[in-house]
Amino acid sequence: MRLFGYPLPGMSSLILWGLLWEIVGRLDLTFFLPPLTEVVSTLFAVIGTPAFLKALTETAYAFFAGVFFAVAIGIPTGILMGKSRLLDELLLPWVNMFLSAPLTALVPVLMVLFGFGMKAIIITTTLFAIWIIILNSRAGVLQINRSLVEMARSYGATPLDAFFKIYFWAALPEILGGVRIGVIRAVKGVIIGQLLISIVGFGALFELYANNFLMAHFWAVLVVLFALAFTISEFLAYLERRVSYYAAKR
Amino acid sequence: MAMSQISDAPRPIREPAPENAVVARNVSKHYGPVEALRDLTLEFPRGQLTSLLGPSGCGKTTLLKIIAGLLEPTSGEILVNGEQVTGPGPDRAFVFQDFALLPWANVMRNVAFGLELRGVARSEREAIAERYIRDVGLAGFEDSYPHQLSGGMRQRVGLARALSVDAQVLLMDEPFSAVDEQTRRKFQEDLLALVENENKTFIFVTHSIEEAVYVSDQIAILLPRPSRVSEIIRPSGIRGKGADNIRRDPEYLDIVDRIWASLRSYVE
Repeated sequence: MRLFGYPLPGMSSLILWGLLWEIVGRLDLTFFLPPLTEVVSTLFAVIGTPAFLKALTETAYAFFAGVFFAVAIGIPTGILMGKSRLLDELLLPWVNMFLSAPLTALVPVLMVLFGFGMKAIIITTTLFAIWIIILNSRAGVLQINRSLVEMARSYGATPLDAFFKIYFWAALPEILGGVRIGVIRAVKGVIIGQLLISIVGFGALFELYANNFLMAHFWAVLVVLFALAFTISEFLAYLERRVSYYAAKR
Repeated sequence: MAMSQISDAPRPIREPAPENAVVARNVSKHYGPVEALRDLTLEFPRGQLTSLLGPSGCGKTTLLKIIAGLLEPTSGEILVNGEQVTGPGPDRAFVFQDFALLPWANVMRNVAFGLELRGVARSEREAIAERYIRDVGLAGFEDSYPHQLSGGMRQRVGLARALSVDAQVLLMDEPFSAVDEQTRRKFQEDLLALVENENKTFIFVTHSIEEAVYVSDQIAILLPRPSRVSEIIRPSGIRGKGADNIRRDPEYLDIVDRIWASLRSYVE
């Protein structure tokens, strides 16, 4: 976009929304929304504290572990579903069901099964992320050019060769798209897990700040979390663009 | 003037003679209730180019894929050098109509891919690939990606890949149908040189009568519903006259006319 002939950098509209936040905050309409400047200054005050760093490490650990399992299990499962009719018939209804299910309702069950610790949080995170990764990997495999598969067969590819040298790469744009959405869902999963299962990490901070009406602190942590999720998602979108040049040419 | 030898029916079945690189014997193929091929018998002489020519839906690609081992015949058998085909093998290489290149790999890796699948070491397979990339006229494009190449250049990559595995039988499924007319003519001339220089057996599927007569040592005309070989034509007199002279040779024109006369009634 251009303003008075000058090109504006991306996301400059955020300045406008930031201003609005500041004004509404200064009007003192509700204690719930402190001015943005206060939130930002709190943010810098909070960021170095041991409580914050502990929350960050715990959340990052649960998040990356959850995403790791979702990717490591989801991608091969999706590819195999795309390759095998039988597996597809067996698993697809479940995948679709879990994709749209309100997973938050499952969290208490996970608590009973896996206890109140990190394990349950990681599993919650995985459950939030994995279904869309499976579904996208499957879709990626289903649209593979048949003659690429025939080519691999006619030149003597073993099933393992075909999996790693054809299916995975041919489906990569869709797989990365699925991972990107899965990661965004994993952010939800890790926070909900922390809030519901055991009060650790950012979940504990939210709980603490909200109960003590420390709204500036609350918003500061929220802003950090949003920024982290957004950065990760943008990074994956960048990777996706790097491989999508061939997506149209398959 | 030497007349072409035209036999009006498939020749009777013989024991696989060594001069035939590939023999299709009583091959039938059903897709459910649809009969794609019925009791088809055909011999492919070694070192020659045999075209499978016919209207669309006559099963010529089906036959080619059965020979490649990509499809299984419902009955009958394919013999390559006297051995029955049970699946794809290193004695056959396939050139695809839509090129079937890996979009994420450069020309070098694409050409070497057949060798890569066979477990040939990287330096060795790239040396071989480099030679064939040069042979098909793509030197300097080793690091290009398929989407940066024209259709004709992509098919040259497909051809180099098939040549670099050094199979005795080259199976080509309408390889020039997706490239423009001028490129196609150049390809046809190059193919003649290839048949002459490489000691390989070529099986070539096409729907173009002119192309078949121009490049073939033997043309098998397939008729549809269900597919069978209706005629085998051997344009013997026009071989060896040079690529430039074939198209105005009277025998060339006669054969083209004759084939059109027999196919005309099958074209809607």
